[in-house]
Amino acid sequence: MAGAGITLAATLLILLILAIILGNVLWHGLPSLSFRFVFSGADRDMFDVNKAGILPMLVGTASRVILMSFFVIPVGVITAIYLNEYAKPTSATTRVIRSAVNNLAGVPSIVFGLFGMGFFIHFAGGSMDRLFHPGSAEPVWNKPGILWASLTLAVMTMPLVIVATEESLKAIAPGLREASLALGATKLETVRKIVLPQALPGILTGGILAVSRAGGEVAPILFTGAAYYMAHYPQALTDQFMDLGYHVFVLSTQSPNVDQTRPILFATVLTLLLLTFTLNVVAIIIRARIRRGMRAAH
Amino acid sequence: MTSGTTHPLENADPWAGIRRGQQRRPVEWLVERAIHAISLSAIVGVFLIFIFVAREALPIVLGRATSASATQVIPLEGLDTRSPAEIQKYLGLTPEQFAALDRDAKVDLMNLKLETAKGASKDRDAAVNTLEWRYLLLPYQWSGYDKPEMIWQPVSSIHKYNIIPLLIGTLKATIVALLFAVPLSLAAAIYVSQLSSPRLKEWLKPGIELLAGIPSVVLGFFGLLIMASFLQEVFGYESRLNAFVAGIALGFAIIPVTFSIAEDALTSVPGSYVHGALALGSTRWQAAWRIVLPAAIPGVFAAVVLGFGRAVGETMVVLMASGNASIVSASLFDSTRTITATIAAELAETVFGEHHYRMLFLLGALLFGVTFLSNLVAESFIHRLKKQLEGKA
Amino acid sequence: MTSTPKISIPPSAEAVAPGETGEAPQARSAADSRILIESSDVSLFYGPSQALKRISIDIRERLVTAFIGPSGCGKSTFLRCFNRMNDLIDHVRVQGRIQIGGHDIYSGDVDVIELRKRVGMVFQKSNPFPKSIFENIAYGLRLHGMRNGPELQGVVEQSLRGAALWDEVKDRLHSSALGLSGGQQQRLCIARAIAIRPQILLMDEPASALDPIATAKIEELILELKKEFTIVIVTHNMQQAARISDLTAFFYLGELIEYDVTTKIFTNPGKKQTEDYVTGRFG
Repeated sequence: MAGAGITLAATLLILLILAIILGNVLWHGLPSLSFRFVFSGADRDMFDVNKAGILPMLVGTASRVILMSFFVIPVGVITAIYLNEYAKPTSATTRVIRSAVNNLAGVPSIVFGLFGMGFFIHFAGGSMDRLFHPGSAEPVWNKPGILWASLTLAVMTMPLVIVATEESLKAIAPGLREASLALGATKLETVRKIVLPQALPGILTGGILAVSRAGGEVAPILFTGAAYYMAHYPQALTDQFMDLGYHVFVLSTQSPNVDQTRPILFATVLTLLLLTFTLNVVAIIIRARIRRGMRAAH
Repeated sequence: MTSGTTHPLENADPWAGIRRGQQRRPVEWLVERAIHAISLSAIVGVFLIFIFVAREALPIVLGRATSASATQVIPLEGLDTRSPAEIQKYLGLTPEQFAALDRDAKVDLMNLKLETAKGASKDRDAAVNTLEWRYLLLPYQWSGYDKPEMIWQPVSSIHKYNIIPLLIGTLKATIVALLFAVPLSLAAAIYVSQLSSPRLKEWLKPGIELLAGIPSVVLGFFGLLIMASFLQEVFGYESRLNAFVAGIALGFAIIPVTFSIAEDALTSVPGSYVHGALALGSTRWQAAWRIVLPAAIPGVFAAVVLGFGRAVGETMVVLMASGNASIVSASLFDSTRTITATIAAELAETVFGEHHYRMLFLLGALLFGVTFLSNLVAESFIHRLKKQLEGKA
Repeated sequence: MTSTPKISIPPSAEAVAPGETGEAPQARSAADSRILIESSDVSLFYGPSQALKRISIDIRERLVTAFIGPSGCGKSTFLRCFNRMNDLIDHVRVQGRIQIGGHDIYSGDVDVIELRKRVGMVFQKSNPFPKSIFENIAYGLRLHGMRNGPELQGVVEQSLRGAALWDEVKDRLHSSALGLSGGQQQRLCIARAIAIRPQILLMDEPASALDPIATAKIEELILELKKEFTIVIVTHNMQQAARISDLTAFFYLGELIEYDVTTKIFTNPGKKQTEDYVTGRFG
């Protein structure tokens, strides 16, 4: 029976680690997390405990995540619909697509960063500059910017949205589709009026998971759009942006005096964690509901 | 409802309408085409990733890039003895430009070239193309060193691109992470899937999976600012940031991955296996250890392989907690530099298309390859598990 | 391809049906009725394996035709050929010809959507949409172009009455259909199918998941519906087939063994296999 005790201990240890991380951040971060800190702009001196604020980072992270959702949710949902409703499950194309999606999920985030730089900035951005701004001395699109960062993140989170949507599509009783088709509905009408309304919670989960995952990612935006410091908010798709996660990195590694900037670092980490955790918890709750519904349907 | 009732959808010849051809729903047709096209382009995207990362690295792989800063010098007499095409290439001119120059201008250019060659590094390694495979993989005795060494030092007068130190660094951090995370998450998976009550499981599983919601930059921060000093005090090693600290922090990142996969695999073992064992008088733990775990072993392998892939590819944790010195050492307590951290730290300083830039893309392609392979392997393990359980159940 | 002789109602049927039984369901003579569905030499393949073997059968208008046979005999598969629901499954190939109302429904110019509007279907497991009772009925009507208004409401009521459900649900038309009992759900599905006024109603074991009382209600309903619709019903319940159908076809291993007036199938079958099955010796 010692074995059973060890497994329990391991479970508790993992939960303890989680508790220590969260507790630590909460304990040190909460005292410095003031209204002024969250809602004031970054001072030129980002490391000044009394003046620094994280509003620009919040705005930057929120903008890139919202922009990303515009790309990833429609494309991901449509791909999932194609895979689950239209594609023949046994065909070679479907299998290639599925295994590509699975593999996409395992590609390291830094590789997405390289891809963003090679494809979006240099290839797409470079081509756009040659086409639309042939005489310009300064690159317009051929440089890091919020559009390229969002697109990179959209590619990265695509599998999350596809998998979550597919899961909820599979949870719909097949009899509903048959009933609709037998009434003379076309496939598209069935998808639009019966399947999609039912899949909505799953799509929502996928979207939230993607947003929460992308919100905390730093590696893919290191060279596709995040800025160390900016005096103004991003105003165009080509502008760079300040970012919450990247700011944690900057404060942890570039601070002239780590002990002095500790309070704002902890407060920034706490803000980031609060955001991603809230989203995660919401997604977990919705997902649990879907799974319960799925068991009921089959 | 009698047959006398008129119905709005009823018409005289009910069957006439069925034969009217199928090409009448252009909107439907268009939307379906669009769905098809969009989902296919999502897939094309995956291949684009590979193509664009590999494309930038290709010149190195094919041996077409050169980092040698010193070039062969043609003396002034060469202008008469060598072919014009050779001179034109040597001076770096297009044929039109070359033809437009008179002899004096060419002599001036030749002299200029000689002068710059004199000013160039006297280092005997300056003429070495450090991008050749042997310099990337084998030790080499660089000038100024007293024995052959493997060095990653891209920003110096001689660009040294030996990737072995980075591979060793990556491997060290990954092994520590796996040694830490696999036993822990496997044990937890056994507990949660086999031994805990269903009610408890509803809390434990999402609880552990919450760990996956912590952004890796936060784990890196935690490793760098809190764990590093704590572990240094406990173990008393010299370098505060090292493969050990990075590996443990990396372990936090892969626990949710290995736990989820292993837990799924263990749960997928049919309950009848357990009931059979329990009926024969074994305890729940014995049933879990001797019956369920062996049955689910391909799934456990898949969990380890996916954990490996995740650990190799994780960036922010190692970038912040490993110390980032590219030294070849077997000690876990030396500062260490991984492939991912190298890309993250150096890419911003490179020039587009230059050899350092291409070298980092080569590392990226390598990462892509390794994680792609580990995904395939894990997928085949999971496939085997499914087949095995279907066959027996 | 040589053609197997079509099994159709023998001339003697007219004499047999009303004369010897005199029971209510068979009151209308099978031979009086027009042929509505004409199937000749229909074979169906799932990939390489053949599920239906050259089936030829005539289904007559405004009668109840029952398909019986042991599970896996192809009766449901054959039923689904009439509204081409088999099109939805991969690698299904149909050979031979099915004509409904004189039109080959597998011909290239047939619009499946239009076909399904005319050939309604009720499934084994009741499958109401997770919408309100009203919306379940209105769904098909809206698909075919009916707008909100008194007309829509009228047809919804008419359909629910037609499915003998109106009195039970008239006060809660806008509550979820999933709150109904199993039998009510199945009658809702029937109401949904008849709302769009099909000519033919295919029923795939509509009562197999219901308790005896709910089953009795469905059977009663079928006898009522046959006044207006041609009904083809698949059932594994032989008493049910005997109670409600005018004609019965017995399928075995993908083949149509015997097709005749129901009373004849159950009292004096022509084939040994049929006799073994209806007397309960196998299946």
